[in-house]
Amino acid sequence: MGMFILRRLSLMFLTAICLTFVVFIMTNLPPNLEKLAKTQGNFRMSDAEVASYLGDRGFNRPLTIKYGEWLGVVPSYKIEGRDGKIRSRCSAHGPVKDNTINYCGVLQGYWGQSWVFKEPVANVIDKRLTRTGALMFWVFLLMIPGALILGVLAGMREGSKLDRTLSTATITTTATPEYVSGVIFIALLASSKFGLSPLLNSWGWTEKRTILKGSATSASKDMPAEYDISFVPQFLEGLWFRLIDAPNVENFLLPVLTIALYGMGYIARMTRASMAEVMTSQYIRTARLKGVSFRNIVLRHALRNALIAPFTVIMLQIPWLLTGVVIVETLFNYKGFGWALVQAASNNDMDLLLAVSVVSVVVVLLTQLISDIGYVFLNPRIRIS
Amino acid sequence: MEPLTWTGPLGELLNPLIRSVTFVFLIAIAVQVIATIALPRARGFNPDGTIQIHFMTNIINQGVRYSLYTFIILLVLYLVIGATLGASSLGIIGGISRQLLPIWVSMVAIFTASIIFKRRLGLYGKLFDSPIGMTGFALVIFWVLITVLAGGLDLVVTHDELSQVSGMKNKLPGTPVRGAEAGEYAHYLLGGDNLARDVFSRAIKGSAIVIIIAPAATLFAFMVGITLGLPAGYYESAPLKFKTRGFYLTSGIVIVFCVLMFAIAPIDIAILLTILSLLLIWMLLRTAVDTVISFLANLILAFPVILLFFLLVTPEIVKTGLPNYMAMILFIFPVIFFGVLLNARFHTRPDIRWWIVGGVTLILFWFYLSMISEIDSPVYILPSFMDAISLPSEILVVFVSVVFVNSPTVFRIVRGLTLDIKTRDYVAAAQTRGEGSWYIMLWEILPNVRGPLIVDFCLRIGYTTILLGTLGFFGLGLESESPDWGTTINAGRRLLSVAPVPALVPALALMSLVLGLNLLADGLREESLKD
Repeated sequence: MGMFILRRLSLMFLTAICLTFVVFIMTNLPPNLEKLAKTQGNFRMSDAEVASYLGDRGFNRPLTIKYGEWLGVVPSYKIEGRDGKIRSRCSAHGPVKDNTINYCGVLQGYWGQSWVFKEPVANVIDKRLTRTGALMFWVFLLMIPGALILGVLAGMREGSKLDRTLSTATITTTATPEYVSGVIFIALLASSKFGLSPLLNSWGWTEKRTILKGSATSASKDMPAEYDISFVPQFLEGLWFRLIDAPNVENFLLPVLTIALYGMGYIARMTRASMAEVMTSQYIRTARLKGVSFRNIVLRHALRNALIAPFTVIMLQIPWLLTGVVIVETLFNYKGFGWALVQAASNNDMDLLLAVSVVSVVVVLLTQLISDIGYVFLNPRIRIS
Repeated sequence: MEPLTWTGPLGELLNPLIRSVTFVFLIAIAVQVIATIALPRARGFNPDGTIQIHFMTNIINQGVRYSLYTFIILLVLYLVIGATLGASSLGIIGGISRQLLPIWVSMVAIFTASIIFKRRLGLYGKLFDSPIGMTGFALVIFWVLITVLAGGLDLVVTHDELSQVSGMKNKLPGTPVRGAEAGEYAHYLLGGDNLARDVFSRAIKGSAIVIIIAPAATLFAFMVGITLGLPAGYYESAPLKFKTRGFYLTSGIVIVFCVLMFAIAPIDIAILLTILSLLLIWMLLRTAVDTVISFLANLILAFPVILLFFLLVTPEIVKTGLPNYMAMILFIFPVIFFGVLLNARFHTRPDIRWWIVGGVTLILFWFYLSMISEIDSPVYILPSFMDAISLPSEILVVFVSVVFVNSPTVFRIVRGLTLDIKTRDYVAAAQTRGEGSWYIMLWEILPNVRGPLIVDFCLRIGYTTILLGTLGFFGLGLESESPDWGTTINAGRRLLSVAPVPALVPALALMSLVLGLNLLADGLREESLKD
């Protein structure tokens, strides 16, 4: 087991190195560098000005050296620019100070400086990731129990009316990508002129102009400095604010529902298949012949074995949710990790983009690892050899 | 001119009817779902073995069935009346149904012919045995016909999808076109978008891009996946042996490549590539080809799709010509596939072998060259008079990235299926007969995994459609005025709470196509399992 985890972790490390190098090559292609220079300087720069801007910040050097700097195995550049200032990567491409160190890369725990947000990448990632974490918390709270219940109900009597109805519903949700369901939800529930809101308003059932909000911006606001809740311990207050206080039904239900629905269909279908398979197995038939009630068969005998396969599916679904997160955060303007990804990519903010890809690659490979290990624990018939 | 209502004057007659039927149907479904948990099944057995029909459950089931039938009959009635009388009597729905008349006629023709001859049509005919498969097929063929008849023959659309009519900005569905001349269509059936273009015509025209690119890209991804997945699953030993002809050949190619790189690339990249090439040769000598390809596939799979799109599908990357180079690699796989496929079959027939294999490969190679060679791009090989296919660069980059994203998954599926099938007896029999390994892979294993592959092909077209929509949603790749669904949703989402229709129409169109493909895959899976 220890060898297995070690091997997988080293493979993960290798994959991360390869992929960050690919991202590094792509973001350092000449047209992308030119875009970066023009968005950071100004759009009317001449070619010579672009070249000197990039040269002053050390971009015109060999790729492997720059990558080594990012990793922290090569000392950072120190270039005297045309304006007379000495710049370095370790001073966030600004003028060097006395206390500026020589090596600053991932190995030293420095992730670089974000060009768009004008702050260290680590801060950006930290802040955005907590917000997306809050979103994902509610998504999982809605998605996993929902999917498992739907799947078990559909799979316990394969081919029944209930199964047909639920299967049609789950096929429909898997055919509805986030940008479609999001648009439908906003038009139906968050528009003051169309859908249900004006209808309920005219009937006098609601006071508000729209039932729900089509924007989740207010759920991603920062914690106020004087924020204090008496019954929550100090160290949990930030978490409490992010998870419970800032989001509410009005601004958070639609984004959560949009992501959860797309993922739910797939997990429910897998659960249904697994449940249906278990229900045809020998030991269930034995239990039935012994006269155990159907309810007890489903809850006591079948459920535990039927939930092994969905565990893997749920874990492997997490990386897929990333695309959904990016779409939903863009659509509902929730300033989290996905939103930062879009900002970083459209401005060629290379350090942030590299950090984003490291985070996503680690998430992908870690969930694979956890799903493999968890499978062994859940299913005693499997041994890792 | 009066603006059209949704259902026109006749609707006042039909609407209460369909409303009450819908209400009854939904109530019946809800009751039925509760009843399956609470009540026994409709058919049970008496203690003496005779069949007993449970009264309540039976009534509920009948209620669901008949309300559904009435609902469908009413819907068809709407479409038929609309198609005959048009917008004047049945409003917007009538107008749309009238415009879609060629589609309805073709669909009825296709369905009648297919159902009559379904026993002679193999797997396709069996599709008409399952209601799910039929529904899926109807949705898919609907959009395919729209692409053919509206995109090809200009039959369905009411207005030009790009022309703007002043005063029609964000107008509601059914608004009369200001200053419409005789011969022009008098209304915007589904309103105008934020640039005063006709939403209906744009959604219809936008289908063409998806309907053409998605299956084609999926097909290319399958070619790549099959060509790499079969050997990865089949071969167990290392592909190269020390001091054999293959070893010297590979080493020669690698040496030439490295020398070339030292000449054109920066020195650090050249050194890196040399180390990688040596590593590759070492891997090929030591382990199965599976290890190398699987590592690469996992590498791509570990990369989030959305990040890949943002890195790959930007104007800056198009400027560097990277998509063209990727197209050079990805598009060669169909040529290899068909060349090897035919060679494996005909290498025992020296009289016709070179004519068939050589001819087909040459024609495909010419297609390949004309696909990758574009004017004003770094890959400009073929003179323009020989260039049969000219892909605009923004289509090419979208196409290439979608193929690139799909290939590793197809590779994994094919590899897994091959690993399973190669232990079968007929493969052992072919090996004993002394057949070549490519013959076994392509003519013994591949035909026997066609079932799961066809099902996955349908699902994957749906997934590719979603990917294309995602690209459009982020404004990547296609031009902002392109009528394709993703781009239109992106344009419409900014004004979503004020004017939702321009975004809603393409959203529902995309959903119906993907739903159709998923249902079709489900029907195919069910029917192919019955054998």
